[in-house]
Amino acid sequence: MAAHTRPARLPLDDLPALSQEEILRYSRHLIIPDVALTGQRRLKASRVLLIGAGGLGSPLALYLAAAGVGHLGIVDFDVVDFTNLQRQILHGTSDVGRPKLASARDRIAEVNPGVHVEPYETRLTAENALEILRGYDLVIDGTDNFATRYLTNDACVLLGIPNVYGSIFRFEGQASVFATHDGPCYRCLFRVPPPPGLVPSCAEGGVLGVLPGHIGTIQATEGIKLLLGIGEPLIGRLLLIDALTMQHRTVKLRKDPECPACGTREIRELIDYDEFCGVPQAAAAESALQVPEISPREFAEWRTRGDEVDLIDVREPHEWDIARLPGARLIPQGTIAAELSTLDSAREIVVMCRSGVRSARVVRQLQDAGFRRVRNLSGGILRWADDVDRTIPKY
Amino acid sequence: MSVTLHLPAVLAKLADSRAIETDGATVGEAIAGVAARYPSLAPRLRDDHGNPYAFVTFYLNDEDIRFHGGFGAALADGDELTVVPAIAGG
Repeated sequence: MAAHTRPARLPLDDLPALSQEEILRYSRHLIIPDVALTGQRRLKASRVLLIGAGGLGSPLALYLAAAGVGHLGIVDFDVVDFTNLQRQILHGTSDVGRPKLASARDRIAEVNPGVHVEPYETRLTAENALEILRGYDLVIDGTDNFATRYLTNDACVLLGIPNVYGSIFRFEGQASVFATHDGPCYRCLFRVPPPPGLVPSCAEGGVLGVLPGHIGTIQATEGIKLLLGIGEPLIGRLLLIDALTMQHRTVKLRKDPECPACGTREIRELIDYDEFCGVPQAAAAESALQVPEISPREFAEWRTRGDEVDLIDVREPHEWDIARLPGARLIPQGTIAAELSTLDSAREIVVMCRSGVRSARVVRQLQDAGFRRVRNLSGGILRWADDVDRTIPKY
Repeated sequence: MSVTLHLPAVLAKLADSRAIETDGATVGEAIAGVAARYPSLAPRLRDDHGNPYAFVTFYLNDEDIRFHGGFGAALADGDELTVVPAIAGG
């Protein structure tokens, strides 16, 4: 059986002993022949780095700590907010506003005070990634963006550290094990990232709160198997999960001989991953989309004065059900082209959405169609809730 | 050859279905058939010239088509084509 991490290969004499208290704590592991005392000592000797303390990072941190992984590094620079609590079970209501690493450390200490937690309160970057990852036996990717996923992958390939991958969107999840000695890497599966804006993030598209628990515990299971050198890890296999049909399917993943990271090895150092993922270009395109705007405060004054204006809300019907502004007309962005003939270009038009991004695109679309008296409600209903009417729920 | 194309949630809304029956002798032909029926889905599956994108991964049964001739990969009756989406949520 292939041993994929340092702890799985350590000679018995090099493994730390367990105290009487630890033997009691881990008794349900110790009586499994595949784990046993030796396996538990291997977990205690293990150093695992979690990239992200969010949806996936929550079950990962809790279960790996409970399982007795001796050293847990966690990289995150975020602060707990209310929208995290639906799925990020590492953090509680009283943690809102605290750094995620602070609540993670408190929670892990409660679950298992024997675990050493090493916090890295920073964004993982091409400049710091190798320094942070070096010395870990295993990296677990629980990030929420493509740039950090490619960065994590490339750093793992360069350092020869297995990377336990997991990713989620709405009701769907994926998991695999990348960057082992003979196995494929993330780039073998997805050579290049999708263009920015094509794939919605969980913040934009939503995610079932339970799903990161589902995928995160699979990652934790794979991590423990790799640390112990047992079973058949998801190396060369991609697990695809659809929670709606509850279908779990694995497909083959081949190591691509032309992969620039693990195949040809032309990637010898870390690159600019934001650039690679088109982040600056997307930001530039967004700012190039300068359309006439009106602030929520100014628009509220218009309405108070009784100015004639048509308010078009281009969000989706399920968003409209959460909150809406009086007098708005719902025309979801995807249907605006078909509704152009119902709009009066002679009247003043204000277009709105949740945050002002989709509505800016619609304003441009209307301008291209010949509308001249059209403006974007800057900051959308979120800024309206902040600046004009605090009774409007934010989402 | 009659085959089924399975779509991830992010694309299914463009076809109003998670699974589409289609046909063709090759993966490219089957995708072209779907593209013709669902114009809004078409640009998400392949480029304007009908060629695959580097960032969309298709599986024919449980094999990545890139290792089996890409869009030229031959189809058999009952094959399952799956779009494996690049998702990044965590």
